[in-house]
Amino acid sequence: MDVTTNPQQDPLGAVPVLNPGHSYKSLTDKLTGIVLTRNTPTAWFVFMAVGFTLLMCLMMSLGYLLVKGIGIWGNNVPVGWAFDIINFVWWIGIGHAGTLISAILLLFKQDWRTSINRFAEAMTLFAVACAAIFPIFHTGRPWLAIYWLFPYPNTMGLWPNFNSPLIWDVFAVSTYATVSALFWYVGLIPDLATFRDTAEKPILKKVYGVLALGWRGSARHWYRYETAYLILAGLSTPLVLSVHTVVSFDFAVSNLPGWHATIFPPYFVAGAIYAGFAMVLTLAIPLRAIYKLHDFITMRHLENMAKVTLVTGLIVVYGYACELFFGWYSGNEYERFMLMNRILTGPYAWSYWMLLLCNFVVPQLLWVKSLRRNIAVLFTVAMFVNVGMWLERFVIIVTSLANDFLPSSWAMYYPTRWDFMTFFGTIGLFLTLMFLFVRVLPMISIFEMRTLLPEASPKQKSPASTEGGAH
Amino acid sequence: MAHSSTATSPYYGLMAEFDSAQALLDAAHKVREAGYVRTDAYSPMPIHGVAEALGMKERKVAPFVLAGGITGALAGYSLQYWTTVIAYPINIGGRPAHSWVSFIPPTFEVTILLASFAAVFSMIILNGLPQPYHPVFNAKRFALASQTSFFLAIEATDPHFDAEKTKAFLASLNPREVVPVEH
Repeated sequence: MDVTTNPQQDPLGAVPVLNPGHSYKSLTDKLTGIVLTRNTPTAWFVFMAVGFTLLMCLMMSLGYLLVKGIGIWGNNVPVGWAFDIINFVWWIGIGHAGTLISAILLLFKQDWRTSINRFAEAMTLFAVACAAIFPIFHTGRPWLAIYWLFPYPNTMGLWPNFNSPLIWDVFAVSTYATVSALFWYVGLIPDLATFRDTAEKPILKKVYGVLALGWRGSARHWYRYETAYLILAGLSTPLVLSVHTVVSFDFAVSNLPGWHATIFPPYFVAGAIYAGFAMVLTLAIPLRAIYKLHDFITMRHLENMAKVTLVTGLIVVYGYACELFFGWYSGNEYERFMLMNRILTGPYAWSYWMLLLCNFVVPQLLWVKSLRRNIAVLFTVAMFVNVGMWLERFVIIVTSLANDFLPSSWAMYYPTRWDFMTFFGTIGLFLTLMFLFVRVLPMISIFEMRTLLPEASPKQKSPASTEGGAH
Repeated sequence: MAHSSTATSPYYGLMAEFDSAQALLDAAHKVREAGYVRTDAYSPMPIHGVAEALGMKERKVAPFVLAGGITGALAGYSLQYWTTVIAYPINIGGRPAHSWVSFIPPTFEVTILLASFAAVFSMIILNGLPQPYHPVFNAKRFALASQTSFFLAIEATDPHFDAEKTKAFLASLNPREVVPVEH
């Protein structure tokens, strides 16, 4: 078994991470051709049209929000947090799979990450951009909110409250967005050089040339590049775990029943990876079909992603079980009421059972190999998980707030049309950015795909002479 | 673009083109063994061992990252200490102004942020990027260095460099071709 046909020496079989028969030239031609030749598939225009229309909905709803104020949203006392934080956590969670694939799987030397890491990282960036919209616009007047979000010397001499998890969140999410962007750009540099050298039009040569910074593939540059890339992966790994941990602190540090639980950090991180892999599948399956990437995104990738989805899904279900156990075992009447209200007697109990259907029942199909390898089934399961993870945040946030300690202050929460328009609008922003990215940048890392070819790993000389060639 | 193949005027050096990563790695070892020091290899993807074969010993990225991380940790913590304890202390529920446990998450994030900046920018700056012009791009087929082909250059400023002898030496390494590169 050579490295291409069975990279992990997997005893169960040899589904390759790169179908055989490729060379440096065929990889380069195929992956640059997607962007640099006139063969944009019709499906691209369809997705772009849908995405752009929804993006205009976002612009309209945010514009109206700035004119009228956040009263156009349905959240009000006692449900002061609703769609804005649900959607924020949902999007941030989706972003996590990108970093997991690009950083953690790199450290584990999982070479199946190579063909999906680039667009998964792009997905991270765009998901974080969508996420950021919600808390920023929930401030109502974002241009006035900066002084309590970021520590800068303002004329009032005021500083953010560093005892608040919301400020930790500002630091975590902005660091995450910055480091993800750096990681993504560093990964792009050699491929931008390939684009510079293969583009025909002078203007494209110039644009890609400037972005490539004059990269020339020098061995010394590659050496520092790989060092920096590996260190970035090592730094991103604790970062990604910290981000959703801090997001879970937004809830866990409060003392509201349903939020105040020690299981939250690991449970949120697992949920984030779960949601993220479902979204990578949601994107990878259509992109693979539209751009005929079956040689690069093979059944091995889809199956591995399905397995990660299944495992992280089970961790999330374990989190649900812990919540039930903690509520009962605490002996606290508010905790016990919260659980009964959440799963049986409350007005939102339907959402809990929908959540279990989407996140617990349906993903169990992935235990069966033939279903896991069935593209239609896999895509459907991924869509269920996307919905399920949104419902999870709805259950946690809305049911806990709507019926808290004091029955006289209970009230139902109903989202308004503007809530829905803003939410679907961010899906439009995400689709638009994603399809623009696919159109202008390499969605699969070309240089890393080259390293998967067997001829890219030459035999080393004896250690004595490779160590700096000293004699 | 290479305008001529004669090696009369002062020029950057000689460039050999190879067909495979293996040939490039073997050539890099031989070039180093022959005593050349001002050399560089160019490939469309990282090939392990080539930089070491050419005699690269620099390991500066990692110390920069360490320095960035330490700076980030100190800056993050002291920012919070200064704002909360010195600049504007507020009594919130009688808790101490210096609640160090609360300061850990932002400190951690700033540590990662500055360490990542250090990793990326030290790599880019040590590599001499961004570099708008470099003579190696004058070699006619050098555009392939980012696609399918492998190159090895010996600069004219190398103490061992001799137009004829070096050319013959590079030709002995079984390259596809050897071309002079102009400034």
